Amino acid sequence: MSDPKSDDKTLEATAVTPSENPPAGSKRAPVRRQANRRRFIRSAVMLGGVLGLAMLGYIPVANARNRRLRPPGALEEGDLLSSCIKCGQCVQVCPVAAIRLDDIASGFGLGVPYIDARAQACDFSCDAVQCILACPTGSLTYRKPGSLGTRAGMPLARPPVLKAKEADAEPTLNLAERIGVARLSRPDACLAVQGRRFSGQARGADYRGRLRYVAVDRWKPIGVRDHPYERDLCNLCVSECPIKEAITMAETIAADGSRHYRPQVLEQCVGCGVCEMICPVEPTAIVIDPRQPWSA
Amino acid sequence: MSQFERLRVMFGAAPRKSVLVTPEAQQVHSLKRMTKADFEALKQHARDHQLVTHKWRNRRWAVLLLVNLLFTLSFWLDIQMLEGALTASRLVGFHLIDLNSALQVMLAHKHIIVNLFIGTATVFVIWALLGGRSFCSWVCPYHLLAEWFEWLHLKLAARKLVSDHEFHRGVRSVFWVVFAALAVLTGYTVFETISPTGILSRALIYGPSLALGWVLLLLVFEVVYSRRAWCRYVCPIGLTYGMAGAISPLRVDYRLEKCFHEGDCRKVCLVPHVLDVVIKGRAAALTTPIGPDCTRCGLCVDVCPSGALVFDVKGLQKLL
Repeated sequence: MSDPKSDDKTLEATAVTPSENPPAGSKRAPVRRQANRRRFIRSAVMLGGVLGLAMLGYIPVANARNRRLRPPGALEEGDLLSSCIKCGQCVQVCPVAAIRLDDIASGFGLGVPYIDARAQACDFSCDAVQCILACPTGSLTYRKPGSLGTRAGMPLARPPVLKAKEADAEPTLNLAERIGVARLSRPDACLAVQGRRFSGQARGADYRGRLRYVAVDRWKPIGVRDHPYERDLCNLCVSECPIKEAITMAETIAADGSRHYRPQVLEQCVGCGVCEMICPVEPTAIVIDPRQPWSA
Repeated sequence: MSQFERLRVMFGAAPRKSVLVTPEAQQVHSLKRMTKADFEALKQHARDHQLVTHKWRNRRWAVLLLVNLLFTLSFWLDIQMLEGALTASRLVGFHLIDLNSALQVMLAHKHIIVNLFIGTATVFVIWALLGGRSFCSWVCPYHLLAEWFEWLHLKLAARKLVSDHEFHRGVRSVFWVVFAALAVLTGYTVFETISPTGILSRALIYGPSLALGWVLLLLVFEVVYSRRAWCRYVCPIGLTYGMAGAISPLRVDYRLEKCFHEGDCRKVCLVPHVLDVVIKGRAAALTTPIGPDCTRCGLCVDVCPSGALVFDVKGLQKLL
């Protein structure tokens, strides 16, 4: 293998040498010309190298191994990646710090906001979906312009009612589309399905996530660990859901008269992730499928 | 030097000697040749009495740190002065959007909302007035890091442990065009993925990220292989701001009469091609404004022993 290569090199070298003969009357010219040629080759290699490294960013996007849950009002994934200016203003306004910025492992998704619902979901503590308001480029938007696509099942059938605002004159949330949809991914592990009770801190003493509990303080979210629960039948995903009529506890009566329960996700689910965040089972029994449309 | 010539040099062409030289400049050039002994004596005098200062460098570092600190504190202390990052922000509510990031987003997304336009236009006006590439040396956090690592590079180079490999300056213009084209064609803001300016700004505000590894790699490359390579040969942000500040009134002026042609300024300069005019016999007029690729960093102003390079605002003297 090495022989042909070295042959090439010597060929190249001999081919190049004659052109380096100095023109009459000039001694410095060939040196300078050679230096220029080296500089040119070096520049071309550097150009290719930097562009190549930059384009590596496409690989994680194409693989889409991390299907990220995006903040409310996010455009479709392709549009989001093209329009996001990666400034993090959405991060700064979120009262529960649900929004994070992606790292270099996400390639072109670097600096683009996402929500890790299990760690900290969006509970709409802000009432006004402030991340959308903060976005300077329209990556997060209340109403998509007609030219930008959406998919069937993404727009919400009717404006979502925020439980915390139910008594207000305007109880709805200014949100036209869902960001995902909840799914009972491990029904066998679900405490409600097992008919079990739950008492204590939903996620343990070390959990840092926060939620707004209207009964405690409407304007100040508190730590989930500071708000222990006592339930005869675990229904945290249903009771803590910030959206009205987005999830319900379905009850069935078997032939032998025994009662069975199962959380049932409804069409008003916006995909905020509070159910995934609050589920006391480890790993969670209910998850958000990011960017999934509603299908009955 | 015409405006066209200055732009040519910024885009990567080698500076050319001016054909038209004003009679006054010709006179100075010939006087410097005729009175060589006196000239050398004056030069020595200026050297001996040189006040070594870092006035402009210190001011610049203070401004750069202050601007970046303001971003960080706005978020940490929630004082809402300057929210966002360098790519896009709100200064007490007013949108500010980085010109190159805006360009990338506009080309990739092909849809411009009002806030994006307002922020971009505001920033354009600000930097068109303040010198364009002054963004680089007075605001960009990578510039400061690169400056510190450049010091290391120069130390190592002095001991012959490393040497500076130059690239063709025109490659930066090629990068600019390719990154713009990639944004249009792929629909991704490809450059933002590798922009050390954006990565550093976000890291300062939102905490460290793995992407800082890329920034470190660039700095190591600059130390061991090529002095200030990213700013000199790659960064399209610099070229974008260079274009924005092409006719900026704020610039460094070169005054031929005061110059002893020692070349200290070119040694400290990030973009020495803009100082081609200080080479003996090159200046075409008594006063020459330095071209748009100049970052207005003031290192040359600090280092000049005879005050031949000064900051100037065009028309300010007349106005006053």
